[in-house]
Amino acid sequence: MEQFTSHTGVGVPLRRSNVDTDQIIPAVYLKRVTRTGFEDGLFAAWRNDPEFVLNNPVYADGSVLVAGPDFGTGSSREHAVWALQNFGFKVVISARFADIFRGNSGKAGLLAAQVDEETVNALWDYLDANPGAEISVDLASKTVQAGELVAPFVIDDYTRWRLLEGLDDIGITLGHEDEIAVYEGNRPSWKPATL
Amino acid sequence: MGKTLAEKVWDEHVVRSAEGEPDLLFIDLHLIHEVTSPQAFDGLRLANRRVRRPDLTLATEDHNVPTVDWDKPIADPVSKTQVDTLRKNAADFGVRLHSLGDVEQGIVHVVGPQLGLTQPGMTIVCGDSHTSTHGAFGAIAFGIGTSEVEHVLATQTLMQAKPKTMAVTVNGSLPDGVTAKDLVLTLITHTGTGGGQGYIVEYRGPAIEELSMEGRMTVCNMSIEWGAKAGLIAPDQTTFDYIEGKPEAPQGADWEAAVAHWKTLVTDPDATFDKEIVLDASTMTPFVTWGTNPGQGVPLGGTVPNPADFADPSDATAAEKALEYMGLTAGTPMRDIKVDTVFVGSCTNGRIEDLRLAADIIKGHKVAEGTRLLVVPGSVRVRLQAQEEGLDQVFIEAGAEWRGAGCSMCLGMNPDQLAPQERSASTSNRNFEGRQGKGGRTHLVSIPVAAATAVRGTLSSPADLETVSTSREA
Repeated sequence: MEQFTSHTGVGVPLRRSNVDTDQIIPAVYLKRVTRTGFEDGLFAAWRNDPEFVLNNPVYADGSVLVAGPDFGTGSSREHAVWALQNFGFKVVISARFADIFRGNSGKAGLLAAQVDEETVNALWDYLDANPGAEISVDLASKTVQAGELVAPFVIDDYTRWRLLEGLDDIGITLGHEDEIAVYEGNRPSWKPATL
Repeated sequence: MGKTLAEKVWDEHVVRSAEGEPDLLFIDLHLIHEVTSPQAFDGLRLANRRVRRPDLTLATEDHNVPTVDWDKPIADPVSKTQVDTLRKNAADFGVRLHSLGDVEQGIVHVVGPQLGLTQPGMTIVCGDSHTSTHGAFGAIAFGIGTSEVEHVLATQTLMQAKPKTMAVTVNGSLPDGVTAKDLVLTLITHTGTGGGQGYIVEYRGPAIEELSMEGRMTVCNMSIEWGAKAGLIAPDQTTFDYIEGKPEAPQGADWEAAVAHWKTLVTDPDATFDKEIVLDASTMTPFVTWGTNPGQGVPLGGTVPNPADFADPSDATAAEKALEYMGLTAGTPMRDIKVDTVFVGSCTNGRIEDLRLAADIIKGHKVAEGTRLLVVPGSVRVRLQAQEEGLDQVFIEAGAEWRGAGCSMCLGMNPDQLAPQERSASTSNRNFEGRQGKGGRTHLVSIPVAAATAVRGTLSSPADLETVSTSREA
């Protein structure tokens, strides 16, 4: 995974709550067997609407999405994270993330920055007043900055450390292989097996 | 101090625990399907890694598969590639796979329990959010993304921060005709879609204990719809009776040892939860959704709400957008809403008990003119059992389409989709915009409401059906 320390890019205001993973990428776009190319399905239904924010050329290079609460609810599809990344997003800012989406983001290297609702509202107002303006996100200091506004965001320490170091989870776990083997040796014999 | 059920199961699976790190949890069963696994197997190949425990891994084909012509090659080439990729990966890595055409094929969350692989006290994961279904057996079961699928394949473990615990206590008994689905839809409207975020939830109380295993699975299945990490129910005699004799259930002395352990899997009397919600089942009624998330629901006897009546401005905006998408007007009685398609099936309501209940209500009636009824068994075993009991004939005589097993119209990855503006009453779990097909409008309902709606063509309960005379002389 790539290291993530800080990012500055065009902020995109998505004034919607409960943006579920079927909106981020509908199921019919999940059929690829690669991790790339999912940008065509990103917000597929909403992009049919000429008024949708991502259809505004000002946001063509958007990389910091500012969304309403309960972002990423629903399905466990990591394709939702990939679709955002494939489109060019590096950061999603919201007041609440669904657990699985937040977990998937941390694994795939998309920063899910949780802020309070006032910050989201302030960022939306700032972006509406300054379309195409940039937002800076610093993982080391856990702050977002836009114009005069500087606000803290929340992320769990472990995910933050892994993102800052760019570490591969599986590599870390395989470093504890002996402990896994000990655990396996102590499992009851009646536990089910598929083979 | 005592422990909750969730804490007991969690603690039994901790391989490693260190300050400042998530716990490393051992995974007892890893379920796999075609959509969320290809990139994980690719990752293994790139890193030259193997599947650590193929004997704790099971794959089925469910999301993409057609429910007609399943003996022919899959028509959609992209779906076919995804299914073929699963077949190749299963063969290359030695994973047991139940393919289309296999008698054990079906929705992954129907197949695990019916094989007896889902047992109390286990940790079960799958690249699918409805993995919470398996919590009905007293297991910690939750959905994961593809990176985590790869992690489990390579290590048979997951790194997980310990969630908080919540109790949902449901007192009283469900009235006749009110089901587990109505119970969970009522709960989600009460909590909102984010109410369970960060919690493992234990459903308990008399109304939960009275549920069959199928009903318990319906409740746990929808845990994710209110944001919970997982939902589980303490195992009891109902659980043990369901598992006993299943193909992969423990036998003989192993059975005795297993049951002895399973009986310890209850929340201790002095254990405390971080949060508790108390509901009264006896006041519940058939419950349906009007909006575009599962928390936007009302009793069937109610009306489409007015966005202006929501106190929270963001709820009001969401309601306004939902009504526009759903093509509904505030104040319309739910029973006046005309439905084009009724979908009976999914990992929420596609088990044998669901089909029996649907057939029982539909028997002697016809599907309304201008309405179609799609009945999709959750697995091939469910389909065969239903046919043995003659349920297929009941559906066919009523004018329904009797289909093959799979996820089908729950998410419309196969050809079973709604057309734009087409309206469904669906026994599935999500009414998100476009979930069942681009522009499609979904009302989540219970099995009895689905069956009665198919007969009347408008959202209905069995109480709305005229009794069919069985004797001309009467």
